[in-house]
Amino acid sequence: MNRHRILYCHCQYAQVVPPEVKAGVLQALCDSGASFDAVADLCELAARKDPSLARLSSGGCVKIAACYPRAVKGLFHQAGSDLSPDSTEILNMRTEPAGAVVDRLLAPDLQPNLP
Amino acid sequence: MALRDTPTLRILIDASPETEPLPDRYRTLTALLEQGHAVTLASGTQPVSPADTQPTLLLGLWKDTPEFENRPAHWTVQNIHGRSPAQIADLAESHRPAPRNPWKPWFPVIDYDRCTNCMQCLSFCLFGVYGVDGERRIQVQNQDNCKTNCPACSRVCPEAAIMFPKYKAGPINGDTVSAVDLQKEKMKVDISALLGGDVYDMLRLRSEKAKSRFSKERDADKALTERQKCLVKLAEAGDIPAEVLMSLPSPEEIARRAEEAAAKAKAALQPGV
Ligand code: SF4
Ligand code: SF4
Repeated sequence: MNRHRILYCHCQYAQVVPPEVKAGVLQALCDSGASFDAVADLCELAARKDPSLARLSSGGCVKIAACYPRAVKGLFHQAGSDLSPDSTEILNMRTEPAGAVVDRLLAPDLQPNLP
Repeated sequence: MALRDTPTLRILIDASPETEPLPDRYRTLTALLEQGHAVTLASGTQPVSPADTQPTLLLGLWKDTPEFENRPAHWTVQNIHGRSPAQIADLAESHRPAPRNPWKPWFPVIDYDRCTNCMQCLSFCLFGVYGVDGERRIQVQNQDNCKTNCPACSRVCPEAAIMFPKYKAGPINGDTVSAVDLQKEKMKVDISALLGGDVYDMLRLRSEKAKSRFSKERDADKALTERQKCLVKLAEAGDIPAEVLMSLPSPEEIARRAEEAAAKAKAALQPGV
């Protein structure tokens, strides 16, 4: 059993993540049988300071499939729910292919990479 | 309705071995995410985010819908036997705690590892997006006042500390800031002219002399000429959407808001007041 959580961001309100990468990552997560959290749009949650972000940033190690680590860190911070630098790995769906993102999400080890 | 008054529905799907497998997981999740919900698929393989006080809809393909003795009041339980992904999405929709807000989440995000608290963004923004916290630290306070697709304030930040995660290119989208990017920031268009004049000079010098020059030179004609020059430059750069440029306030209004913002920034920069 993996010890980390997985969080997938669907980047619903803009086309900045290539659609085939989003679809590839979500499909692979669904097929893997793994447990995971998914949100429509982290930006939108952060803008509203939605309490969901506190839930998503708490609860131990987490791997997040979204976009640039600097942006994701800033979004959580701005919403008052800081991510922990020691226990967060961010996978960038804007720059990485779906396969590489999924491999890291499902790998048992965590490689913290918050800037 | 205010942005913050629209809590997100958490949909918790019980996918444990005791339940029947959800026939079309991918389509179901996509349909729910496209409606703006947060979804947790819990199959027991690894931890998920903890329970909280958010409205929660627990779904599952149970033989018999489980009875939860101590079910929290904000939880609803529904068996989704025989429902298609679209029907599951409709069911979730009927439990939405507040009407959907159609606002596109476009707003600045500050990289506090880079920010020097110089207040240029606060004094620049005409729409009151920025403010300061109790410790006079710059803060994004009114996200929904921000003009969609306009990254103008990121151009005035000397430290490349303002991100718009949904912007097309780096470093504004959150990509790493390179030495070349920083150099560009230093050479950028003097967008402060949009404010009709010397707001930055005033902030930078923060002297009585600068203050009096600011008040003398600020006349509506000058503000308009400066603004027009600046608009042409920005339009040529192709970065600021035309509708944003067209919806800018009148020169008088610009002058008024600029003074307001400058006063706020100045107060935040003054030690011990
Ligand atoms: S955090 Fe990144 S991937 Fe997620 S919604 Fe914002 S821009 Fe899109
Ligand atoms: S302009 Fe940039 S460095 Fe200055 S306060 Fe704003 S974000 Fe910080």
